[in-house]
Amino acid sequence: MTNEIYTWGAISAIVIASCVGDVLLSRAMKLVGDVGELWRRKGLMTVIGRILRNPWFIGGVLCMTIAFYSLLFALSWEDVSLVGPAAAALTFVANAVAAKIFLNEKVDRRRWIAALLVAGGVVLLAA
Amino acid sequence: MTSNKYLVLAGVTVCAAAGDSLLSRGMREVGNISFQNLSSIILAILNPWVALGILFLLGFFASYMTALSWADLTYVLPATSLGYVLLALIAKFVLHEQISVTRWLGIVLISAGVGFVTRGPELTHNPGREISSRSAQALAARQK
Repeated sequence: MTNEIYTWGAISAIVIASCVGDVLLSRAMKLVGDVGELWRRKGLMTVIGRILRNPWFIGGVLCMTIAFYSLLFALSWEDVSLVGPAAAALTFVANAVAAKIFLNEKVDRRRWIAALLVAGGVVLLAA
Repeated sequence: MTSNKYLVLAGVTVCAAAGDSLLSRGMREVGNISFQNLSSIILAILNPWVALGILFLLGFFASYMTALSWADLTYVLPATSLGYVLLALIAKFVLHEQISVTRWLGIVLISAGVGFVTRGPELTHNPGREISSRSAQALAARQK
């Protein structure tokens, strides 16, 4: 029972942290600009420097670190077949909502259907 | 989308799948981590499977960042979810595990989702370009 509470606590931590992290990282990389193009024009060092100096990127990495360690915690208690898919499926849906609100992405019907199909598929894979 | 961009998406997919399975294998060897012995989570990195998993996850991170620099989050995430299908196919053809009807159905759903999203545009909103076009306009106004 205690293990179950731990596991679902860890899963919620993974979903929230990776969702916030994804939004911050996506914002950071849009501000940096097309990495391939920038690399050709100004070299790899400029690309890396510009990414590392971006405050959104630092925040995103911090969130991803929290998500990663929550995942390690959860995996050590519970089988990967529950934690991985449960966290992933919930993250897909949460990210679609967050990207629409915070990144102003046009999440049209096509993208909603894709997010729900993938989330459903991930759950079925674990079943 | 150029073929290079598809290659980046493939890198995200493969590295994520390989990293996750290596990590889960390693963590099974490391055993339970409790709040009483938090130091073991740091020592977990010394396990070779965990270390290799982390290496793949770094590769995942680099290609993921690259993809996010030219595509929406709601495009990259579903497009790279083929990794789950890859994991199931590895289980079937490399590890010779049975795959149930439900799991095949899951594979079909994910593939359909990937097909759906990749037929649409990869970028719908770009704050970076907005800012640069705004500063370009300001520059043009100043020059007038």
